[in-house]
Amino acid sequence: MSETQTVKEPTPPAKESQGSQVFREIMSGSAMISVLAVFVALVIGGILIAVTDPRVSASSGYFFADPGATLSAVWSAVSEAYGALWRGATYDPTARTWQGQLGIFETLTFATPLILSGLAVTLAFRAGLFNIGAQGQILLGATFAGIIGFQMQLPPVIHLLAVILAGAIGGAIWGGIAGFLKARTGAHEVIVTIMLNYIAVSLVLYLLKNQLKAPGSTNPISAQMHDTALFPLLLGPNFRLNAGFILAILAVIVVAWLLNRSTLGFEYRAIGANPKAARTAGMLVSRGYTTVMLISGALAGLAGVAQIAGTEKTLDSDIAGSIGFDAITVALLGRSKPWGTFFAALLFGAFKAGGTSMAVNADVSIDIVAVVQSLIVLFIAAPPLIRSIFRIKAVRREGASA
Amino acid sequence: MKLELRGITKSFGALVANDHIDLVVESGEIHSLLGENGAGKSTLMNVLYGLYEPTAGEILIDDKPVMFAGPADAMAAGIGMVHQHFMLVPVFTVAENVALGGETTGFGGILNLDDTRRKIREISARFGFDVDPDALVDELPVGVQQRVEIIKALVRNAKILILDEPTAVLTPQETDELMDIMGQLKSNGTSIVFISHKLREVKAVSDTITVIRRGKVVGSADPGAATTELASMMVGRAVSLTLDKADAEPGEVTFKVSNLTVMNDAGQRLLNDISFSVADGEILAIAGVQGNGQTELTEAVLGLHKHIQGSIMLDGRELVGRSVRQVLDAGVGFVPEDRQDDGLVGEFSIAENLVLDLYTQEPYSRWGSMNRAVIAKNAKEKVAEFDVRTQSSQDAADTLSGGNQQKVVLARELSRPLKLFIASQPTRGVDVGSIEFLHKRIVAERDGGTPVIIVSTELDEVLELGDRIAVLYAGRLMGIVPGKSSRELLGLMMAGLPADEAQAQLDAPAAGSSGAGDVAPAGDTEGERS
Ligand SMILES: Nc1ncnc2c1ncn2[C@@H]1O[C@H](COP(=O)(O)OP(=O)(O)OP(=O)(O)O)[C@@H](O)[C@H]1O
Ligand SMILES: [Mg+2]
Repeated sequence: MSETQTVKEPTPPAKESQGSQVFREIMSGSAMISVLAVFVALVIGGILIAVTDPRVSASSGYFFADPGATLSAVWSAVSEAYGALWRGATYDPTARTWQGQLGIFETLTFATPLILSGLAVTLAFRAGLFNIGAQGQILLGATFAGIIGFQMQLPPVIHLLAVILAGAIGGAIWGGIAGFLKARTGAHEVIVTIMLNYIAVSLVLYLLKNQLKAPGSTNPISAQMHDTALFPLLLGPNFRLNAGFILAILAVIVVAWLLNRSTLGFEYRAIGANPKAARTAGMLVSRGYTTVMLISGALAGLAGVAQIAGTEKTLDSDIAGSIGFDAITVALLGRSKPWGTFFAALLFGAFKAGGTSMAVNADVSIDIVAVVQSLIVLFIAAPPLIRSIFRIKAVRREGASA
Repeated sequence: MKLELRGITKSFGALVANDHIDLVVESGEIHSLLGENGAGKSTLMNVLYGLYEPTAGEILIDDKPVMFAGPADAMAAGIGMVHQHFMLVPVFTVAENVALGGETTGFGGILNLDDTRRKIREISARFGFDVDPDALVDELPVGVQQRVEIIKALVRNAKILILDEPTAVLTPQETDELMDIMGQLKSNGTSIVFISHKLREVKAVSDTITVIRRGKVVGSADPGAATTELASMMVGRAVSLTLDKADAEPGEVTFKVSNLTVMNDAGQRLLNDISFSVADGEILAIAGVQGNGQTELTEAVLGLHKHIQGSIMLDGRELVGRSVRQVLDAGVGFVPEDRQDDGLVGEFSIAENLVLDLYTQEPYSRWGSMNRAVIAKNAKEKVAEFDVRTQSSQDAADTLSGGNQQKVVLARELSRPLKLFIASQPTRGVDVGSIEFLHKRIVAERDGGTPVIIVSTELDEVLELGDRIAVLYAGRLMGIVPGKSSRELLGLMMAGLPADEAQAQLDAPAAGSSGAGDVAPAGDTEGERS
């Protein structure tokens, strides 16, 4: 036999690209780096709060005469702000209503879509793919879920299950496209997922102006989800916390099992860490890329479900907010570990829940929260910075000389 | 410049990789470190080069204590290191690579490469390196890349050069050239710390030999000592350097390659119309200078190549066109040439690496769920059987020393029922004691009735293991000769002469020697191995 046999598997890159090596470094650092990054970010945020505080600037006028006054002004400004943030995110005995006192449940509510989309980024990353497209996948998930949720009448329970399934499928399609293109053509997933984010927004806007527009509405907003399509509230009508949070916890457990215990996760991790060795060991690298992006997209799609069937109830093109991008930070902060992602998402949920309370009660701009979040990204993305601040010696087998 | 290490201790957790090591390297001396896999040689060198902080002990240069926070400090103090895995940027030119990190910049931060080029030419001329400053590193052979690394050190005025297993990836000729270079550096006053598992090289170049065992210095040896003596000192027991191997009893021919041609994407033939077969219970050794198609041959069998013509039959089944998974499932055990690139996932644990291509099978997994207890038990057994030196089989594979990584790959591939065993450079970077063991294991696999293919650039290994020897040159098969063929014959075939012509040339009266038997050519000090 002499005809040329062609096997479809494209050759994985001989050497990791410089970029993904950097990401690998970032993601594989220790949990300690995460904790310290948050700490340093809060310290710098505190400095910003102090310098922008009117009382501090007033007392700094006579700093040399009375340094104590400045310092105590700094202390009170910072402790008030962070105190309000903390209380707003957990428990605030000074709030007027008892619902308002229990900010912790708002934290969990905000954390729900972040957990799910953070898991999406985490899972893809462990297979060596940088999924920037959670935003688009959330949108598609919410749209699919919405179509079932406000356009169809189904019996209770079944309706919700159908909504969840549809959301997962919507996200999976959007993620799967990127995985498929990566596997077949080698198209870089970062570029593809970014483009898909734009396409998703346009697509959803188009649908909202046409097929999905609420009857009689002039704005590009859909009708309300039917009650049967909503996640049940967990703590009664006074709190927004809903069964989406339980779905998120289940997802953490499933992803943790998938990554650490299943043969599929073993393959993903091998492909992510050394695609050439994975291929030599008989793993199908391109199939791995496609399936991991399907699952990753499905998780982000579930975040879309958490939005539309949990808190938002109607579809608009802004339903993903900044969740898809915060998801990347959350996964980074969580060291691309499922439970790490879970706790990182709780922290970000707390920032969201507490930020408002800080703005209202301590009169500190809510932008400080955004600054702190950005600083966290900065410090995590630059572990050498944190290491040098805290003089942590990098314990790596350098050179890997044999 | 005199270098002294005093009481250097380096621990990784509970493991003491270096235990109060004292070492003196005199100016202009070639000092070899000899020791088993995992003895702590690379660790010691990484401490010296500032990559690791010693747990205890001090480094003295010209009797003055020095402290290195990182390689930059070590370099500034005149220490250069060439790692086994080169640290070059492949898409840069030689000059750019040499300039990297020590750039001389001119007005406005413009890189001044002329200066670097001049220095490279100077050093090249002085030591006969023959390196073009404007060549792309990517396109240079391994041996020349290594010279670039040496130049990098010399440009920074290294007075002490550390070479950690520099010869493991070199062809015999490149090795000879490197030894010449080392001699010249030495006569120039540069001290060299040299690490190698090839005792012949160590004996040939060293002024002093220090033997390390399990992190401790056990003594120094005279370069004139017999190879067996060095080996037993290093391992702590008598080592047999020759393999007692019964003659093969070939059975049925179950592995057959016919008219195999492998092309790259550009349509170039990397392997051209190769045909051969291997019988059950027989070892076919494939010799040849690296890069003559050996890699392509083994990869083609495994199903890694896209453009293949011809047929590869195992047990009556066609392997061409099958996926890697199917080939492995058909009973092929495969040891890739480069363990770190293809054989192991460095950040996976040793236990995980030991099931890297077995994880889909029971009992390692069931219903898609990995069985950790079984995997851990398997690891414990394999680590003990193959003497993998590690604290725990849950440690990441890249914390293992080079030779121990190789043992992990072999342990995995040899520990299941096989229909074909195919290994490239099975003992690269492995110490003599472990080579003895691994060779025995490979022969045991043969005696169990498996056809075995060994690809090796080490002529010693080829002659030791091969029941028959095939030689590849420029993608073509020069012929298959009996296992006891002479080095001269193989040498001629490796240089591109077909077997019959090579034999004729040796038989011709002008050549003098008969060509029969194992005659070592002059200048080859392999006497003690055969
Ligand atoms: N970063 C690390 N973490 C944990 N253990 C390590 C690390 N680096 C080395 N070791 C251990 O230290 C010991 C010495 O390793 P080293 O690489 O120095 O051996 P070696 O003498 O160079 O061996 P070889 O000849 O195989 O290259 C080994 O047992 C190895 O597993
Ligand atoms: Mg070593």
